[in-house]
Amino acid sequence: MDALDLARWQFAITTVYHFIFVPLTIGLAPLVAIMQTAWVRTGDERWLRLTKFFGKLFLINFAMGVVTGIVQEFQFGMNWSEYSRFVGDVFGAPLAMEALAAFFVESTFLGLWIFGWDRLNKKVHLACIWAVAVAVNLSAFFILAANSWMQHPVGTRFNPETGRAEMESIWAILANNTLWAAFPHAVAAAFLTAGTFVAGIAAWWMVRLVRTGDETRVALAREVYRPAVMLGTVTMLVAGIGVGVSGDLQGKLMFEQQPGKMASAEALCEGTESAAFSILTVGDLSNSCEGVRHILEVPGLASYLGTGSFSGEDSYLPGVYDVQAAYEERYAETDDAGEPISYTPNLALTYWSFRLMIGLAAGSAALALLALWFTRGGRVTGNRWFARVGVWAIPTPFLASSFGWIFTETGRQPWVVAPNPTGIDQIRLLTERGVSTVVSPGMVLFSMVVFTVLYGVLAVVWGRLMHRYAVEGVPDVVHDESPEARADDDADRPLSFAY
Amino acid sequence: MDLAILWFVLIAVLWTGYLVLEGFDFGVGMLLSILPRGAARAGVEGRDKERRVLINTIGPVWDGNEVWLLTAGGATFAAFPEWYATLFSGFYVPLLLILLALIVRGVAFEYRGKISDEVWRRRCDVAIQVGSWTPAFLWGVAFANLVRGVQLDAAHQYVGGFWALLNPFALLGGLVTTVLFLLHGAVFLALRTDGDLRERAGRLASALSVVAVVVAGGWAMWAQAAYSVPWTWVAVAAAAGALVGVVVMTRRRKEGTAFALSAVALVAAVVLIFGSMYPDVMPGLDGGESLTVTEAASTPYTLGVMTVVAVILTPLVLAYQAWTYWVFRRRLSAEDIPAPAGLTWKRIKDAAF
Repeated sequence: MDALDLARWQFAITTVYHFIFVPLTIGLAPLVAIMQTAWVRTGDERWLRLTKFFGKLFLINFAMGVVTGIVQEFQFGMNWSEYSRFVGDVFGAPLAMEALAAFFVESTFLGLWIFGWDRLNKKVHLACIWAVAVAVNLSAFFILAANSWMQHPVGTRFNPETGRAEMESIWAILANNTLWAAFPHAVAAAFLTAGTFVAGIAAWWMVRLVRTGDETRVALAREVYRPAVMLGTVTMLVAGIGVGVSGDLQGKLMFEQQPGKMASAEALCEGTESAAFSILTVGDLSNSCEGVRHILEVPGLASYLGTGSFSGEDSYLPGVYDVQAAYEERYAETDDAGEPISYTPNLALTYWSFRLMIGLAAGSAALALLALWFTRGGRVTGNRWFARVGVWAIPTPFLASSFGWIFTETGRQPWVVAPNPTGIDQIRLLTERGVSTVVSPGMVLFSMVVFTVLYGVLAVVWGRLMHRYAVEGVPDVVHDESPEARADDDADRPLSFAY
Repeated sequence: MDLAILWFVLIAVLWTGYLVLEGFDFGVGMLLSILPRGAARAGVEGRDKERRVLINTIGPVWDGNEVWLLTAGGATFAAFPEWYATLFSGFYVPLLLILLALIVRGVAFEYRGKISDEVWRRRCDVAIQVGSWTPAFLWGVAFANLVRGVQLDAAHQYVGGFWALLNPFALLGGLVTTVLFLLHGAVFLALRTDGDLRERAGRLASALSVVAVVVAGGWAMWAQAAYSVPWTWVAVAAAAGALVGVVVMTRRRKEGTAFALSAVALVAAVVLIFGSMYPDVMPGLDGGESLTVTEAASTPYTLGVMTVVAVILTPLVLAYQAWTYWVFRRRLSAEDIPAPAGLTWKRIKDAAF
């Protein structure tokens, strides 16, 4: 493998890994804030117990998101310096804005929230977790603004002297329609992830407690875990609908903006009207659409996903051959080295990641309906299968998110900055042109191996901690109403929480 | 005012924020095995309590401090793409090591107390210390190379290779940041702890500031003689005065003033570094090809957008971060540290009914 392939692998590994922690952080922060709000407003202590329980899991997860996030920002300069030179005038701004507007807020106010339980007034303390919840979502907005520009560059002009992209309007970049489809999609997916996480863990606990038959334990299941199951499942349902609607919107934009991605998601050779959506396809590994055989198809559905019409002229979907011909004519037939450029992304990867994204997300959202049935009318259940499904459901939205990113990033290939069909043709960059020229393949290989090994070890630690703290269950809240304890509530008390 | 020069100054400000703030939490991390009493005298538990005092003084703030690095990095990307690209691809190995260090350090801070187990704590302590010493040294190496100049080609690519970064001037620069951060951390601990720890931190700070005068002074003389411009003598003098002040103030137990003075020393170091680099962002080695502020800068439009964002948001950031330090202003001592709250085997068994 050369430096390009290695740098791509490294980016894929570190980004997919980073995005295990990110959606849970984005979705769980608001859910924990909602739990704490319920406690502050009603004084009902079960919400305090749930806040502390899920808050602890949130923190274990947040730490991993933070430390793997720094790598992301540095990686553009380290492995992709030529990309950085080409796009820096445009692409750097949203990253810097993310740090200034969002990341400072989340890290500072999270510190206040963790250590401030007794130091801050209840409402101020609650405001801290809300600040975190808003900021993590704002973070997502700026990062997606940067990514959406790579998918669909707008608000940019080309400087022929330097050969680089230059920002023309920050408003156009922040108003990019690709961003406004991707942002709700990613955030809804994050809420689906967090909702499933909360509901899955609470469902497992509920079943476990009910099965003991012990009266106080069943009461705990009913009073504490059942509300958490409800909060999680309602979040899942709303988020599931949001993911679907925003995803549909994205599909239609993608059809206009990156026809190659849509064509390869269907492994479609020739353009056709009323294109079918295949559910099962067999092909060879040559990345040629010729050898692909569709086995199970839903007629017209692929056309509908792209164009909004099932049949007729409007439902025309271009195939990978059409895209190849159109791009060769409009952009270039060969790259700098004189090699012919293939404008077809990896077909098997885009085809399957697209389906796994949809299937896994829809599956986990559907489980929410099952959970609502089992808990209808104040019921709690001791059904062992319910607990199992709850636990097994937890990873599905994580996987769906990962496949979504794998689809959208690999489907953009061979571009790192995909050309905008209605924009300026020079604002485009092949991935092979973006890689650092002064970094040797050995160096990239070394850093990739080190990151992968370290990330692997940390994944084990993270997984064990999440598991053990989940199994520990909601904490008791201790009340010390003695006068000394009350006096201690003031600013005099140095530590209410300690590492 | 030329926006590119304004942004050169703003990048220096962001690095100042980073080095002053994360500087002390690197220092605290490096002192984790040095300042607490030995297990022979304090017992394993006593030693661990003192370590936890150290970690808890920076617990609420270390992550917020680290964001200054992300902001400096992001702002460099936005305002000086060419600098960002050349620097990050050229200084690949040191940056990789810094990243790895920051990862294990951050995770160790957050996870150390989550499991109540002696072996686990020792591993996290190792991670915190390796994760603090490594960047403390390497940031100095990186910045000293920027003062000294690096080998660039006509396309502004760094072509000097890794080993050229480890020249004597840069290695001494690494020692300077290490000593300055150690000092800054010791003064911070004298300010934020109470009792015996405060005494020991104060004594250590006095000793370290003498070392800092020698090491940083020697490096600054070298820089002034070989690579810098006359006006940065002001920064050197300010740093020297501040370091002497740290000795006086810690002896008088005025730790707040001492902390401000050790921060001044770090500010002076940034002034010296950026003053020496100007008008380049990456000076050429021995008068070779260089990358200037103007060449590296983004377009006026992008710089204008970034200026508006920075002018609105930076004061806000400073305000709420300052408030955080105010909220957690109380001094800590070993008596304040509660029993470990992490998972134990007993708690795991209990949870299993």
